[in-house]
Amino acid sequence: MRLSGALVPWLAAGALVLTAIGLVWGLFFAPADWQQGDAVRIMYIHVPAAWLASAGYAALALCSAISLVWRHPLADLAAVEIGPVGAGFTALCLATGSLWGKPMWGAWWVWDARLTSVLVLFFIYLGHIALVRAFDDPVRGYRAGAILALIGAVDLPIIKFSVDWWNTLHQPDTITLTGAPHMYIGMLWPLLFSTLGYTLAFAAIVLTRTRAAVMERRIRGLLMARAAAQEQG
Amino acid sequence: MDHLPFIAASYMLGVLIPGGFAIAAFLRVGTARRRLAAIDPRANRPGARSRRGGVS
Repeated sequence: MRLSGALVPWLAAGALVLTAIGLVWGLFFAPADWQQGDAVRIMYIHVPAAWLASAGYAALALCSAISLVWRHPLADLAAVEIGPVGAGFTALCLATGSLWGKPMWGAWWVWDARLTSVLVLFFIYLGHIALVRAFDDPVRGYRAGAILALIGAVDLPIIKFSVDWWNTLHQPDTITLTGAPHMYIGMLWPLLFSTLGYTLAFAAIVLTRTRAAVMERRIRGLLMARAAAQEQG
Repeated sequence: MDHLPFIAASYMLGVLIPGGFAIAAFLRVGTARRRLAAIDPRANRPGARSRRGGVS
């Protein structure tokens, strides 16, 4: 709690500055694409959102594994708080992808392997959000949600490799860990700024929500203890 | 700039969705802090907030 309280202002400030630089640079100063024209500027929102949809789910699955193995209460709360934020960024990825697809492909949506696997991820997020709240006993909800989160993690490699395994309308990865990026440097830098900025924003939001959840749990505990004392008295 | 409506809608969503989450989280932690302070006066002591807010 103390660490997160100290980290959040720095994360939030870094998120604001880096995202603003990335988006302004991408919108006004980065060059247009020779084929896509200015529609390529949607990339500075879409790519960070896609990265955080997957990375957020990986964090959710990790917290779920910690919850199941070590029964750590903070992992339960973090998993519950990551879910809605990850779903929001997945929705942002799908919406901006649709807004990019319409002028480029002539369609708002195609049942392409990459798009469909991300849509499945969105439904898994929604399923997790619903499942953890579906039990009267929160601990049972956390356990059920953790199992669903671990099973759902199988969708992450499918999303990653969908463009290699199937013939997709969606383009293959432009940036990989193993090779040089196939992108003009004047487009790459604003993309890196916006991706890092959105990642810091995601971390700040999740930490703040988790802090609030810890305090709310403390409040519930105090109220229940007070009610029990009044019944006995 | 071509395809301006699509670009503008994307940037609007790109600001509104994370911004909405950030504002909601900020308000939620503020409300929780005030409720905790009202229920447990010890949470108001300097330096006590983080200790008292620990996972129970």
